[in-house]
Amino acid sequence: MIDCKNLKKTYKNGDNETTVLKGVSFNIEAGEFVAIIGPSGSGKSTLMHILGALDKATSGDYFLDGKNMSTLSEDELAEIRKNKIGFVFQSFNLLPRATALRNVMLPLVYAGMPRSERAARARVALKNAGLDEKYYDRRSNQLSGGQMQRVAIARALVNDPSIILADEPTGNLDTKTGEIVLSTFQELNEKKHHTIILITHEHDVAEHADRIIFVRDGEIVEDKKNPRKILAGHINYND
Amino acid sequence: MKITDLVEETYLALVSNKARSGLTILGIVIGIGSVIAMIAIGQGTQTSIKSSIESLGSNLVMVMPGAQRTAGSPVSSGRGSAQTLTVEDSNAIKDKISLAKGVAPVTSGRYQITAKGTNTNTQVVGTNAEYPAVKSVSVDQGTFFTDQQAKSGAKVAVLGPTTASDLFGSSSQPVGQTIKIKGMEFKVIGTTVTKGGSGFNNQDDMVYIPLAAAQRYFTGSEYISTINVQAVDEKSMAELQTQITALLLERHNISDATLADFSVMNQADIVASASAITGTLTLLLGAIAGISLVVGGIGIMNMMLTNVTERTREIGLRKAIGAKRREISLQFLAEAIMLTFLGGLIGITMGWLIALGVSHFANIATEVSLSSVALAFGVSALIGIIFGYYPAQRAAALNPIEALRYE
Repeated sequence: MIDCKNLKKTYKNGDNETTVLKGVSFNIEAGEFVAIIGPSGSGKSTLMHILGALDKATSGDYFLDGKNMSTLSEDELAEIRKNKIGFVFQSFNLLPRATALRNVMLPLVYAGMPRSERAARARVALKNAGLDEKYYDRRSNQLSGGQMQRVAIARALVNDPSIILADEPTGNLDTKTGEIVLSTFQELNEKKHHTIILITHEHDVAEHADRIIFVRDGEIVEDKKNPRKILAGHINYND
Repeated sequence: MKITDLVEETYLALVSNKARSGLTILGIVIGIGSVIAMIAIGQGTQTSIKSSIESLGSNLVMVMPGAQRTAGSPVSSGRGSAQTLTVEDSNAIKDKISLAKGVAPVTSGRYQITAKGTNTNTQVVGTNAEYPAVKSVSVDQGTFFTDQQAKSGAKVAVLGPTTASDLFGSSSQPVGQTIKIKGMEFKVIGTTVTKGGSGFNNQDDMVYIPLAAAQRYFTGSEYISTINVQAVDEKSMAELQTQITALLLERHNISDATLADFSVMNQADIVASASAITGTLTLLLGAIAGISLVVGGIGIMNMMLTNVTERTREIGLRKAIGAKRREISLQFLAEAIMLTFLGGLIGITMGWLIALGVSHFANIATEVSLSSVALAFGVSALIGIIFGYYPAQRAAALNPIEALRYE
């Protein structure tokens, strides 16, 4: 599904050239739950932007569902983001004055889905993200952090994307709420077979994934199956 | 993104910041409102001036004496100063020019007039019996003097309503009473209907007497000050003017038309020049109001720029979930246009109410024309597009990665 070949990213700042990614190659199959972990400055955010079609690599190829992203225009990338990628951000990025339901419906507006179908789709997504029904019509700035992140997850799900990219999804949450959000991701992966890529700098968070890719100084230093998950035999011990 | 979605997004965005949207709209309301009100006042004035000029008589051509020139001297004493027009000129026009429907020669002067215990100083017009028809003056009580009386110089007078009430009070009957003009007794045989004029050359403050009497007792000469000629219809006014000029040049033995000792003025010319003046006035008022419209437009741009900065993260998010450049810029443009649209609607209503208020309380005629409403509306839409375009482009050009990180 995702096929990265020798991805490089260089930022030019006057005469200074900073190479953030120094040739990264990996594959991710459909239905995988992958964590990309690395300290800040390792290039994991840049990698996430490229994987999320927000940015293009300076060189190398990134194939998503067989399509080479490096040749696409800005609008074509927007089209890819609309149909194939769902984002979950550290700071939620919800529209504060809109209801939870409306926030989830927003991608459907851009996708041009008929009005009548939107609410039903959004409700299913919110249910899958585990938000209690009584919060659907609550304005998002009246929700708790955990509830907001569930709304954000529902928004990422609603278009049924190929991959869900979660960028430090627990960064603004306390440990307990963070665990609940992460188990939501696990459930979506196991029960609904969504492909999830989790970007984090915390090992505890990365431990929830089936596969962990370590990034340091713009290179992949390790790419392994999660040993604890193998031992636990895919039993969710957080429940 | 569909139009209905665009409208809904725009509506929600504006409603979520009611106070700021309201203030921005207010800027446009004031701009559009003042444009509408000012143009209404200007056009109202134009119409009322035009109609008051036309009330002086319809299809009127006026012949006035030209400048006095002494043979061999280049000195001109100015238009109207010469004594060149006579009753014979007037009669010649009447007899020889078929396009002249009515001819009323006039000689006038200001004299002291007394009645029993009251007196006034006003314009005394010596004329003939055709005067009421030519100058659109109607008789209220009594009658106007006859052609016979005009020629014989009978000592009868017709009073304007203002003069009548000055001399006899507003309630009493002036007809049948006697007035003295420069000590000469005249019998009042009628009064005219008010024409609503005011100030200089007020048609309500006049005394009409037979032309022969005026010449005999007051001016002491055969010369007259004006010949009013009424054309048979509006189309023939220009032709009438040329014929009068030709006839009088011939009668006065002048071969060079530029040296004419009289001038022929067409009422349409007077209306045109008055309209030109009030038109300039309307333009001036409109331009001043237009400045506030531009200020309102800048207010919109200011608000939209603040908006773009404030909603940077929202823009980033919209881009991340697949909004294209065009969709982002359209959304912000729609917000600006919606603001000016609402401002324009309220402004037109306000301007119209102000115009109504001005004509009601300040007694100035106003006229809200469809064209000024269309203009104001067009301008407000244009302002929305022009001043909304730049912020919308700024929003659309934001890099989604940086926008999402924006604090």
